[in-house]
Amino acid sequence: MISVEQVRLLDRFSNKSTTGTLHLTATHLIFVESNSTSAQEIWILHHHIASVEKLSLTTSGCPLVIQCRNFRMVHFVVPRERDCHDVYSSLLRLLRPESYDELYAFSYNPKQNDRQREEGWQLIDLAAEFERMGVPCDQWQLTDVNRDYKVCETYPRDLYVPITASKPIIMGSSKFRSKGRFPVLTYFYQEKKAAVCRSSQPLSGFSARCLEDEHMLQAVSKANPNTRYIYVIDTRPKLNALANRAAGKGYENEDNYSNIRFQFVGIENIHVMRSSLQKLQEVVGTRALSVTDYLVGLENSGWLRHVKAIVDAAIFLTRAVTVEGASVLVHCSDGWDRTAQVCSLGSLLMDPYYRTIKGFMVLIEKDWISFGHKFADRCDQLDGDPKEVSPIFTQFLECVWQLTEQFPQAFQFSEWFLIQIHEHVHSCQFGNFLGNSQRQREELVKEKTHSLWAHLLSGQQNYLNPLYCPSYGYTNPVLEPSTLPCHFKFWRNMYHQFDRPMHPRQSILKQALTLKENNRELESIAQNLQAVSAIFHVISHVHQEDEDELVEGEEAREDIPVGSDGDRTVEGGSATENGYGELPLSCGSKPEPAMVSLEFGVARMTC
Amino acid sequence: MEFAELIKTPRVDGVVLHRPFLPLVEGTLCLTGHHLILSSRQDNTEELWLLHADIDFIEKRFVGSSGTIIVKCKDLRIIQLDIPGMEECLNIASSIEALSTLDSVSLMYPFFYRPMFEVIEDGWNLFLPEESFKDLESMTDEWRLSEVNRDFSICPSYPPLVVVPKDTDDDTLLKVASFRHGGRFPVLSYYHKKNGMVMMRAGQPLIGPNGRRCKEDEKLINATLRAGKRGYIIDTRATAVAQQAKARGGGFEQEANYPQWRRIHKTIERYSVLQDSLIKLVEACNDQSHSMDRWLSKLEASNWLSHIKEILTTACLAAQCIDREGATVLVHGTEGTDSTLQVTSLAQILLDPSCRTIRGFQALVEREWLQAGHPFQHRCAQSAYSSGKLHGEAPIFLLFLDCTWQILRQFPCSFEFNENFLVLLFEHAYATQFGTFLGNSAAERSATLKLPQKTVSLWSWVNRPQEMEGFVNPLYEPNSLVIWPSVAPQSLQLWEGVFLRWNRSSKCLDEAYEEMVHIIEYNKELQKKVNSLRRQLAQLETEGSPLHTP
Repeated sequence: MISVEQVRLLDRFSNKSTTGTLHLTATHLIFVESNSTSAQEIWILHHHIASVEKLSLTTSGCPLVIQCRNFRMVHFVVPRERDCHDVYSSLLRLLRPESYDELYAFSYNPKQNDRQREEGWQLIDLAAEFERMGVPCDQWQLTDVNRDYKVCETYPRDLYVPITASKPIIMGSSKFRSKGRFPVLTYFYQEKKAAVCRSSQPLSGFSARCLEDEHMLQAVSKANPNTRYIYVIDTRPKLNALANRAAGKGYENEDNYSNIRFQFVGIENIHVMRSSLQKLQEVVGTRALSVTDYLVGLENSGWLRHVKAIVDAAIFLTRAVTVEGASVLVHCSDGWDRTAQVCSLGSLLMDPYYRTIKGFMVLIEKDWISFGHKFADRCDQLDGDPKEVSPIFTQFLECVWQLTEQFPQAFQFSEWFLIQIHEHVHSCQFGNFLGNSQRQREELVKEKTHSLWAHLLSGQQNYLNPLYCPSYGYTNPVLEPSTLPCHFKFWRNMYHQFDRPMHPRQSILKQALTLKENNRELESIAQNLQAVSAIFHVISHVHQEDEDELVEGEEAREDIPVGSDGDRTVEGGSATENGYGELPLSCGSKPEPAMVSLEFGVARMTC
Repeated sequence: MEFAELIKTPRVDGVVLHRPFLPLVEGTLCLTGHHLILSSRQDNTEELWLLHADIDFIEKRFVGSSGTIIVKCKDLRIIQLDIPGMEECLNIASSIEALSTLDSVSLMYPFFYRPMFEVIEDGWNLFLPEESFKDLESMTDEWRLSEVNRDFSICPSYPPLVVVPKDTDDDTLLKVASFRHGGRFPVLSYYHKKNGMVMMRAGQPLIGPNGRRCKEDEKLINATLRAGKRGYIIDTRATAVAQQAKARGGGFEQEANYPQWRRIHKTIERYSVLQDSLIKLVEACNDQSHSMDRWLSKLEASNWLSHIKEILTTACLAAQCIDREGATVLVHGTEGTDSTLQVTSLAQILLDPSCRTIRGFQALVEREWLQAGHPFQHRCAQSAYSSGKLHGEAPIFLLFLDCTWQILRQFPCSFEFNENFLVLLFEHAYATQFGTFLGNSAAERSATLKLPQKTVSLWSWVNRPQEMEGFVNPLYEPNSLVIWPSVAPQSLQLWEGVFLRWNRSSKCLDEAYEEMVHIIEYNKELQKKVNSLRRQLAQLETEGSPLHTP
């Protein structure tokens, strides 16, 4: 453990700074502000650190810039170069774990016994989820071909396929698909018996075909009585798919597959997405950013264009399934990035269950965790190939956020739920997202780590959307979002979650949550009071007959909440941190109002 | 002139109305002197009543023997009327064109409108300068109410009563008026109770190319300074623009003559640039193409949010000088009737909690815009669909409302009014049945047009409890603090309630708002219930108290 005193923390967007002590522990980098009433503490988990940079020495000390995966950026100035170097080199060692057992999840101990931990892992049951959808049924069955991960090691053990897809067909089809990821069911739209299936690209090259694979699609098609055709959605841009043909991969030839409707939807690959988010971060991290540079930067980053492309694809999928009642096969190249995005977002649009807290966990568990989204590679859990890192899951969370903005009453959770999930996908504090596939995870985690879902459920009151209307799902089972570009917004609370001056100073969300909480308390108090006064009536009645009876009516009167004002924080913000302009006489010595966090779940570091 | 002369075809049957996010309506179209009316003549169906004054621009299209008129309104709505018969269509179109661009103010609807409600509180008498001066007097005796402009001869754009430093006599004011653009000598705009600092506004000083000087002007503004303290002059023009103004007889305060003042230049654009910005913004918002890049680049090219940021930043700066630096501030641009008012009024919203109440905001609009001589008639003659030559039209007031909305969004619990109230003011500034926003100055309003006698005030209507209900922010809790919004581009947003209002279905958002109101109402109800139960119980306890004594 290293401790360095007199370290200055510079504010990212203003000229303010605070002084404090920097501690480096085995798991966290901690900054404790010294001699201040607010005594702000910043805890940074090593896994959250994306990069550490030591800038050249200045007169005031040695600058250390730390960029985190949860979009926190901290800029320290360490007085002595030697100390700075110590911290820097230790961090470099710590933030590139080489094996899984170095990850925080294996040392994290939330004081639970084994039974509680075990229960945490049993919260989400995918077999029950398929049952909820109505599977198995007369057309779809559970297959045991992948019981031992023999057919496809990146798929889960339990897979659902059409009744008519025999083992040889499955085996044949899997040999004709990248990484053996043959078409399997991921969502069943019971109302129309239409299926959403997913797979990887076929190994069709320029002319190869595979009868089993063709049969497989035929089987999917036959399992749906509504339509004679199925949609095949290739989520890639056509050019990318064409390029894959040269490598012996590619896409389905409509001549070989009978009754398919083939469609490209043009979502870019992981490399484009990675550099897109990087550009976005550079733009919004600029100090004294002008509106012009902001909007030009937003456009040039392409980020919102990509987000829109994913939502567009999900809408296409949803319309095919819910309006036409057609079954759909979704794939990209390997079928674990874009395919996961489109399938999960589409399911969310079709099924209100996925818009609840529990349902959303199930959705992530199904389409992302079990179907082998490579969290370890994409989130850079171990020191791996930087080219494999990509914000695919972040992008999915953002798509969901865009929907919550358009449908404020449709989701049980608020954006803080999404932000918290994002936080822990990178924290490596829980076992859920460790590794690249279910198989790898089984070997690694269940015995030794804790499940994020249990943790989130226990704190779910912080993530509730106060405006959620449970009956919304009945009246609007299928969401039809607008995809006009002007309805997509920049997600400030995600990308600037730690830049407090940028946030609204008062939160409607928090206000409404507090009121709802307060309403519940008042309801129960009113009930108690009514009960007590009823007793009083009885007593006074009895009293006339028996004067010795004594009843206390006190207990119901204890701590009646003072209404909503109790925990209201009124804030005016501060003039200096917003940096309105050059005030030459400006005296920076005036005390600022104490730091008050107004948002729930402003992703705190849990330890 | 009779309106009938302009109406060649007063009635057409079988007209089909298309409106965004609403079903088609077929009915009879009627033109009256002030309205375009479409009625389906069925019960329970909506009718369209559109003020001609609300029409910004129309387009005609013909297919076969029937025509289509696309009506673009000043509130940014676009509706389409399919009219059977070529001649009818042409007649209707030319009537609309004539009736929506009447030259004479006194032919406007407010002069014909008779309220269907009883005027309980006359809005014309609600915000009298004498009354607000009484409030000032209770806080300080350093200011006086001057009648020097009672016949509007010193400054045609000022009201008859203005607040000036106590020791400055009317003769001095006369001299200063001749040294300031439009006769707009420095007057009090805001008194900051917390530290006694003030904000003044004026027109630019008429320095001219020869560096004219006016000792009285210097004396007047110096009179507002505390001993040994410096003040700030916030010039809303860029330094270069202010320099150029000298050649045309204007200019800015020279350091040598105003040694106790520090001048800061900010760049708030002038009206033609802003009008252009509005036109481009609305064009971008109405673009139905699905390209994200196109949208973002058009939004950027409109520069609207840059203007918002610039205005907000300047207002924050003024507020910062007053509240944080404890300094006196003088704000001016060129005329002192546009950007100056944006800055002084927004600064007051930040500094003065009372401006965040409904009445307070009305008083602010009355004081800092209407009385202060913002030329509403000129600025709001045309809106975003205007084309061709402009005559001083500019969305100055809309930008002010938008900035207010941005602050409201960041402090959603600190305002007594909600977004609808701001949208209402936007609509009525452009087209209205009320007299409040007619005319260009107090002089025109009272002396020439006699609006208080001949028209109804918007405030008379808005302040009725049944109307007010829709404008109250359920989350409001008085916040006595100065509020400091963020002006980072990431914190600013497009005002969807105005600019995307007609391009989106607001059903989901409206329902969510209703739910919000419901939660709050229910809370109040429960509080009441619990309190009354507690009272009942207490009573029961006292009644039963002998029981407890052994």
